[in-house]
Amino acid sequence: MHLSTSIWVWIAAFLTLTIYSFLYKDNPLYRFAEHVFVGASVGWSIAIVWHMTAIPYIGIPLRDAVIQRNWPGFIYVAIPTLLGSLYFFRFFPKQSWLARWPIAVMMGYYCGISISPSIEANIFAQVQGTILTGFNPTSLNSWWALLLLIGVVSTLFYFFFSLKHEGFVGKTSKLGIWFVMIAFGASFGYTVMARVSLLIGRIQFLLHDWLGILR
Amino acid sequence: MKTILGSIIFLMSFSVVFGGVTVEDVPNDDGSALYVIWNQTDNPDASGYMVYRKDSPETGFFILSRIGSVAETVYVDYDPRYPLEAGMDVSYKIVAMSQEEEELEVMGESSVFSSSASFFNKTKINTFIATVFAFILIVYFINSVKKGKTLFIRKIAGLDALDEAVGRATEMGRPVLYVSGLGYMEDIATVASINILGPVAKKVAEYETKIIVPNFDPIVYTVTSEVVKEAYLEAGKPDAFNPDQVFFISEHQFAYVAAVNGIMLREKPATNLFLGMFYAESLLLAETGNSTGAIQIAGTDAVTQLPFFITSCDYTLIGEELYAASAYLSKDPVLCATIKAQDIEKGLLMIFLVSLSILSILNVFVFKSDIIWRFISAFFRVE
Repeated sequence: MHLSTSIWVWIAAFLTLTIYSFLYKDNPLYRFAEHVFVGASVGWSIAIVWHMTAIPYIGIPLRDAVIQRNWPGFIYVAIPTLLGSLYFFRFFPKQSWLARWPIAVMMGYYCGISISPSIEANIFAQVQGTILTGFNPTSLNSWWALLLLIGVVSTLFYFFFSLKHEGFVGKTSKLGIWFVMIAFGASFGYTVMARVSLLIGRIQFLLHDWLGILR
Repeated sequence: MKTILGSIIFLMSFSVVFGGVTVEDVPNDDGSALYVIWNQTDNPDASGYMVYRKDSPETGFFILSRIGSVAETVYVDYDPRYPLEAGMDVSYKIVAMSQEEEELEVMGESSVFSSSASFFNKTKINTFIATVFAFILIVYFINSVKKGKTLFIRKIAGLDALDEAVGRATEMGRPVLYVSGLGYMEDIATVASINILGPVAKKVAEYETKIIVPNFDPIVYTVTSEVVKEAYLEAGKPDAFNPDQVFFISEHQFAYVAAVNGIMLREKPATNLFLGMFYAESLLLAETGNSTGAIQIAGTDAVTQLPFFITSCDYTLIGEELYAASAYLSKDPVLCATIKAQDIEKGLLMIFLVSLSILSILNVFVFKSDIIWRFISAFFRVE
């Protein structure tokens, strides 16, 4: 056993244990860790935004544009900067409506830009993977592909909102939800494994980095 | 692959070779890629080639890539480390290399070439047709709604519980917690969640219950704050709106979770609504809410998180149910029209999937011909 001599490892271990104390119940130590965590993360985010967004994407390009007298380049950066600055009008109740302008522009931009990729990814890629190609009754893969086709079609029935789930539609959508639940079961197991590996990582930190029990 | 090779052969037949190295524009792109083509070396000691590029007459050549096979005589210059832009004048030099990295033979230098951006990407015509079709459907249904036609959307189980959940919070004198997830405004799930927040906040305002809306993203916070404020206004209780009900916590995932978990234990909301985009925090939130005895309704299109919500919440809106829920609750004609248009598209896709698969099976057993398959692969790009 080799206890860590680094103050930062001790602080990290203390905060890890205080966060885990939540498993028992809410307590002052957890509250302390929670507030430190939130405060530190917000402070860190501000620093990141300042150094990785404001300076390289606004400050430096504007400065360079002024030095080089590149006025089109200046306007190119200044307009979105001004538009983004309208968010700060949230702090002025009477003019807070100005904050809606950058929101509208951003939503419009992202909606437009995501149409084509989402059609390609959610429709064409799915159809590509689902259509039966060259069915061969002696091949197990072909039967899996057929099962996949039935699963996709019945699942689409479940997510069809214009019809009541009655009769044929009801029965098919029920089959669809079975397929969905089986998929979720597989996903559940897979994700739990990933979560356990995170827990192992934290225990490793406590037993190796802090207490030095594990080598 | 066939298309690329076809293009190369086509372009080679029209290209002018300068010193054995040809440069051609990659079609259907934004000008960020070029083909570099040269003749194969006949030097027996050669093991590959070195590709050099010159971006301007002043800078000289720099190493772009090392090709480890003599037979490979085409290089696609698309490297994020050395980006190309439309209109940039570049030239290439190819040198045959030995196993010992010695330069054996200069295969040639290309003339100065500038890449160009295509106005229209012809490989995406199918996406264009599908987009236009979707727009036509949406516009048609919006017009139908405007003319007074009612669009039917079936009942969604989790939403029927919403009234009950808000009512329970009122009876118990406890707040409703609304978590719109870790998404940003560009996420469809977040937009759907905000569409649900409006009617929920209005109901909460009518019942004079407290709503708590902690936010992960500052921009989402700006929007949710406006939505809740407007809901109170619509409910005729603008004075009851407390700006502190809607607040920003942190953009750090687990700091946000730690704070929301703390809120759940201290404020003890009677109803927890987790609607939007969620990641690893889904189970942490839902389990804590479960331990406090709150009614929980969740909804997300994050497939990996849905199993956790299903196991720990009372009701879960699965995937597209979240989008339909926003239309169902708000009764907004535009939203209802989009759901209806989506349904038509889903119906057509089902018909396509089934009929084209049947055609494929028939093709194998009856027609034994490529013609049908060519039609299918042309539109859906199935290989």
